[in-house]
Amino acid sequence: MKEDNLFERYGRQMILKGFGEANQQKLLQAKVLVVGAGGLGCPALQYLAAAGIGTIGIVDNDAVSLSNLHRQVLYTTDDIGLPKAEVAASRLRRVNPQIKIVSYTIRLNVSNALDTIREYDLVIDGTDNFASRYLVNDACGILNKPLVYGAVSQYEGQVAVFNVSDKKGHKVNYRDVFPASPKNGEVANCEQAGVLGVLPGIIGTMQAAEAIKLITGIGKPLLNKLLTYNVLTNEIYDVHLTVSSAGKGLAPQDEASFLAMDYSDGCRAEEGTVVEIDAEQFKGISKKPSAVVIDVREWGESPLLSNFDYQQIPMSVFRENIAAIKADTIILFCQHGIRSLYAAEIVEEVFGTTKNVYSLKGGIVKWSDELV
Amino acid sequence: MTTRIIVFGQLTDIINSSELALDNIRDTDSVVEELNNRYPALVSAKYMIAVDKQTVTENTILKEGSTVALLPPFSGG
Repeated sequence: MKEDNLFERYGRQMILKGFGEANQQKLLQAKVLVVGAGGLGCPALQYLAAAGIGTIGIVDNDAVSLSNLHRQVLYTTDDIGLPKAEVAASRLRRVNPQIKIVSYTIRLNVSNALDTIREYDLVIDGTDNFASRYLVNDACGILNKPLVYGAVSQYEGQVAVFNVSDKKGHKVNYRDVFPASPKNGEVANCEQAGVLGVLPGIIGTMQAAEAIKLITGIGKPLLNKLLTYNVLTNEIYDVHLTVSSAGKGLAPQDEASFLAMDYSDGCRAEEGTVVEIDAEQFKGISKKPSAVVIDVREWGESPLLSNFDYQQIPMSVFRENIAAIKADTIILFCQHGIRSLYAAEIVEEVFGTTKNVYSLKGGIVKWSDELV
Repeated sequence: MTTRIIVFGQLTDIINSSELALDNIRDTDSVVEELNNRYPALVSAKYMIAVDKQTVTENTILKEGSTVALLPPFSGG
């Protein structure tokens, strides 16, 4: 990159006292992974890209839906049904063509988390469920990667920096705050409890700021502190965190024990790891090169479909034949969306959580106008 | 001795306020016991405890003027 370009784009922050070109170069050399391109991930990504983080990874296996748009400000109504990681990546490339953006349309799990995170210097937790939060936390712990945590509920948000030692050499992680993942339904998620759209905007932006501070060394990042922000009162409450022996006991200590962990019994299990999708999402996800669409109806059932490519593996022979599927994204459909949901459970039994599995909710009958 | 208790997140729905005061409470175990008696829904709630902005993992003796905070985990993103 030419020197004058650098100053033209980033000059406003480079002229800051205590920032300068050296810190801009640190940002340009940094690699940041944002897990979850939702309410927290969108604003974090926008500011990290704009600030000139040299390499940004985006992990999200979800598709944009209408209910996302009140808070997930990278997406437009036209994006509904499209994969978030890819839409976000293309927007950010337009924000800053000089940086590298890598999209991962996957859900992190024990078998892909370490390899994905290993490539990056710092991770931002923008996930929306406890199973993913503990998974990301534990993976970062094993790899000793700084983790900028953020979470929201209703009118309040939390931010913290994990896995970075303070001056005394102390460092904490999420398990020092909450040693074990809450069980099914113990804590409501955004879908159940609601969230004011602007709140993740504030918290995600704070996460981006913490990342920039950690990379450049300016200011005082939230080391060993959990900050709680209330958007209704503007009150901030920060709590000093200490190492918890209970948390240490529950965290995997090495890669082998991480691979053997079961993260599925948190809130995610209640939501189901199988994602039920509508026709818009069906069209969006099925366009992905890594996706395969499978009809689980029996031979001879009608209507036959010609608007998209698919293969047929009837339920009667599904279990025997599914193991041969190589694609990492599997979209299942049937007449009413009941058999395909059952088939999705079989996919999970066979492959664990290594595949992204979708079932067309309501089946061909419900979406005949869109798909037949 | 009065102890100020502040709660966050959905715990405010359980105690119907973000703050309350308890008299003559000796330690954090007694805070939990007293709150569980008053608000049975709190028994099954998950939260961490901080005394004067410092997390505590064991029963902790309270001082005059201490503030005890109950912070639940948030999952939303």
